[in-house]
Amino acid sequence: MADLLQNAKDAGFDQAEVYRITSQSEPIRFEANRLKEATRRDTSGAALRVIHDGRLGLSATTDPAAEGELPARVKELTPFGAEASFELPGPPGPDDYPQVQIYDEAVEALTFDEMVQTGQKLIDAVRKDWPELNCSASVSRGVHRQSLVNTAGLNVSFPQTSYSVGFGGELVRGDDMLSVWEGFGASRMFTDTDWMIESLVQQLEWARNTADTPTGQVPVIFTPRGVSAALLRPLLGGFNGKSVMTGSSPVGDRLGEKVIDERISIFDDPTIDGAIGSRPFDDEGIPSRRMALIDQGVASNFLYDLQTAGRMNATSTGAAGRGLSTLPVPGTSVLDVAPGDTPYEDLFLGIKEGILVERLLGAGQGNEMGGDFKANVSLGYKIENGKIVGRIKDTMISGNVYDALSKLEAVSDKAEWVYGSLRTPAIRCLGVEVAAAG
Amino acid sequence: MTIRDQMQYALTGHGADFVEIRLEESDSSRIQYRAREIEEIGRTSGRGGSVRAAVKGGWGFVSFNDTDDLKSRVKLAVEQARAVGGEKTSLAETEPQVADVPPVLVNDPASVSLSDKKDRMDHYNDLIWSTPGIQSSTVIYGDNRRRVHYVNSEGAAVDQEFVHVICYIAAVARDGGDVQQAGFSIGSLGDFSLIEGLDDEIRAVGKRAVDLLKAPGIEGGERTVILDPVLAGVFAHEAFGHLSEADHVYESDQLKEIMVLGRQFGQKHLNIVDGGAIPSLRGSMEYDDEGTPTKRTDLIRDGVLVGRLHSRETAAKMGEAPSGNARAISFNHPPIVRMTNTIIEPGDASLEDLLSGVDDGVYVRNWYGGMTEMEMFTFSSGEAYRIRKGRIEEMVRPVKLSGNVFKTLHQIDGIGNDLGMNQGGGCGKAGQSPLPVSNGSPHIRIQNCLVSGA
Repeated sequence: MADLLQNAKDAGFDQAEVYRITSQSEPIRFEANRLKEATRRDTSGAALRVIHDGRLGLSATTDPAAEGELPARVKELTPFGAEASFELPGPPGPDDYPQVQIYDEAVEALTFDEMVQTGQKLIDAVRKDWPELNCSASVSRGVHRQSLVNTAGLNVSFPQTSYSVGFGGELVRGDDMLSVWEGFGASRMFTDTDWMIESLVQQLEWARNTADTPTGQVPVIFTPRGVSAALLRPLLGGFNGKSVMTGSSPVGDRLGEKVIDERISIFDDPTIDGAIGSRPFDDEGIPSRRMALIDQGVASNFLYDLQTAGRMNATSTGAAGRGLSTLPVPGTSVLDVAPGDTPYEDLFLGIKEGILVERLLGAGQGNEMGGDFKANVSLGYKIENGKIVGRIKDTMISGNVYDALSKLEAVSDKAEWVYGSLRTPAIRCLGVEVAAAG
Repeated sequence: MTIRDQMQYALTGHGADFVEIRLEESDSSRIQYRAREIEEIGRTSGRGGSVRAAVKGGWGFVSFNDTDDLKSRVKLAVEQARAVGGEKTSLAETEPQVADVPPVLVNDPASVSLSDKKDRMDHYNDLIWSTPGIQSSTVIYGDNRRRVHYVNSEGAAVDQEFVHVICYIAAVARDGGDVQQAGFSIGSLGDFSLIEGLDDEIRAVGKRAVDLLKAPGIEGGERTVILDPVLAGVFAHEAFGHLSEADHVYESDQLKEIMVLGRQFGQKHLNIVDGGAIPSLRGSMEYDDEGTPTKRTDLIRDGVLVGRLHSRETAAKMGEAPSGNARAISFNHPPIVRMTNTIIEPGDASLEDLLSGVDDGVYVRNWYGGMTEMEMFTFSSGEAYRIRKGRIEEMVRPVKLSGNVFKTLHQIDGIGNDLGMNQGGGCGKAGQSPLPVSNGSPHIRIQNCLVSGA
C-alpha cells in the first residue's frame, strides 16, 4: 500500500494528516427466542486532512485502490475550505497520554459458542416466568484499531476491544403492547449478566397494571436511563465548543456562573478504564483527561477540538471525534454524573402523585438548543403515595432542563452505568409538565 | 471477467440453501456552513461488498471493504449460517431477474462544478444572515452516487445505480437563555435543480427563527390538529409504516392476530400505500435489495388493513406475496424490511374545509423527525400556529405530537385534496440510518391528538 502521508508531502501541502481505521465486528442476533443470524463485519478506510494556504481540506475512502487519488481530490477541494485556526500537533511527550484500559485479550478469545450461550441463557431465564414474552437479543464483540500520522511528526495508534450484550422482549396483550430492554457494553470482557434478568423482570412486574397518568406539574423521578434519555443532551449541547463559538449556547457567556442546582456535577472522562468511548487521546492526537463540564452547578468547561479552540482563543480539551468522511468536531466521550446523598428508595418519599421515567420516544427530534425537552414516555410508571402502582401510557413530558435542574429535589446516592458511556444517579425534580390522552 | 462473472463464479459450490453477494461503489460530496462561513467541504469514495447465506433457516452475513477473494467470504458466510440454522430456510418464490438499471437523472449533480455548488450555498447562507437578529446558521448540501451489483444463487443478477441530492437549511436566533431555530430539509432522486430557487423559502426561515423568540408556548393535552402535507407524510411513515413492516409481526402469533388483514384501522376515507415502484422519489427503485421487482402495495384501503411490506423471508413465513421492500442501506448491512415511498392518498376536502371545522386547535407544519415503538409513535413539528374559529392565527412554539396506532388513525376526520411529498428525510431501523425514503400526504385533520406542552 502506498504511503499516503508521503504522497501528501510530495503533493506539496503545508500540513497533512492521515487518519486510518480498521475494525472487525462480530454480532450475533437472536429473534423470536432463538439464534437467527451471525455477522462478521470488516471495515477499513483512510482520511487525508490537510491545511494549505491557510485552508482546510478533507477527502476519505474505504477503497484501498483509491487512496492514491486522495491528494489530488484534496487539492481540488482545499481552496474552497474553511480557514484553519490551528496547527497539527506534534508528537506527544513521554507522559502526555494517560494509561487507559480499553483493550482486553479476553474479548478476542471469546468463542462463538460462548457468545451463543450468553444470549440464549438470558432469553431462557426471563421466559421462565414470562413465557409469552417474544425475545430478541444481541451479543457482539469487536476490535478496532486507529492510527494518526501527520507532517508535524505525530505517529500514534491504539487498539480497542468492545463487548456488548443486550436483550429484551415484546409483550402483547390485545392492543396493549410493552417493549422492555436491558443491555450493557464495555471495552473489556464482563461475565455478570444476572442483573440484566432482574432488571427486565422488574420492568415487566411494574407494568402488570396500567395506571392513569397524573397530569400537570408533578414530581418526576428520572431513573439513570431516564436521565440519559431526557436531560443530558439538551443540557450538554450548550457545552459544545461549536455552539459556544456560534453564540447558540444558552450558557456560552456564563462560564464560571451557577447555571443549575449545586448538587449536580458532570464530568467528561475518557480515561475511565473499560468504558465505551474511553481512549488515551482524541481523534486529533490530543491527550485525554477527566474534565468537569458542570461542577456543583457551575458551568466550568466547554468541549473543544483544535479548530474550535483556535477560533475561541482557547486550547483543545481533547474532545475531537470524527467519522472517516467528516472533519473532527467536539463531542462528549464518557459522561460521569456525580452521585448525591439520597438512597434510591428515599427518592419516592413524600410523592403523593408523580411519575418515574425510564425511557422516552422521540426525544432529541426537535429544538433542544435552549435546553427544552419534550417526548412521549414509552416506559414510565405512576408513583402514588411513594409506591409504583402501574405503567402509564399515551403520556408526554415537556420542560426545560435548566429550569428542571434548578428545581431539583434529590439525587440518588449511587451512580449506575447506562449502557457503557454514561454513569449517572437517578434524579428527582420539578419543572416538568406532564400531559396525557384519554 | 466482468464483475458479475466474478461474483457468480464465487457462488459456485456454495453448499448453502441460499446465497447472495452484493458489491458496491459510492462517491459522496458534502458542503457545510456553520454561522457566517464554510466549515467543511469534503469528498468520500467507498467500495465494499457483502455475502449473505441461509442454511436451515439461520443466516450468516459477512461484509468487507477488500473485495478480493470473494470465494473465501462466501465460505465464511455459509459456515456462519450453518452454525446458526436449526429449522428450515423459507424464502418466497420469485422469478430470478437479470437487469442493468441506469440511475434516474433529471439534472445530474456531477455536471455542476464544485465552485458553482459553493457559490449557491454562499448565496443561501448570506440570505439567512440578511435577517436582522440571526445568531447562527447551518447550511448543508450533499450529493451521493451509489452503484450496486447483486447476484444470488438462484440466478438473479441485478445492477442498479442511484443518485441522491439533499439540502438542509437552519437559522438560529437567541435571546439570553432562549434559543430558537427554524429550517427545512429537502431531497431528490437525481435532481440537482431541487436546490435552485429557494430564496423565498430561505428568507422565511430567517424571519421565522427570529419571530419564534416572541412566540408563546401552548399547554399540552389533547387537541384538534391539522397537519400540512410534509408533517402528515411523517405521520404516515411513523404511524402506520413501521407496523406494516412484516418483520415486526411475522414471528409473533399475538401480533399476527392484531395486525390481521381485514381489521379496521381508520375511517372509510383513509387509504395508505407504499412502494418503490412509485417513480421519481427518494425511495424509488425498480428492484429491491434481494432482486425482487418493486411494486405499489396497498396497506390500508377504505380504512381496512389489506396489505403489508415484505422481504422474501417474511412473505414466505406469512404465506403472502413478496412486495419488493427488502432494503440494505449499504453493503455493510443485510437487507431488512423497509419502507420506500409511503403515501396517504388525497381525499376531497380543501384546507378551508378542514379549517372551518376547528373552533380551537393547532395547525402544525414542517418537521424535525418522528419515531415509533410498537403501537406508540411521535412526530415533531417544525412550525405550529393556533387555529381559532376556522382561521390560522398566531405562531406558537413548535410542538411534538404523540399517537397510538389503534386510536389515532380512527381520529383522522378530514383528508385534504392537496397531496404533497416530503423527501427530506432518512429512516432509521436496526442501525441502518439514514435510509432514503419519501413520504407524503394531503393536509389531514385529527381529533384529540396528544400534543406536548411547548
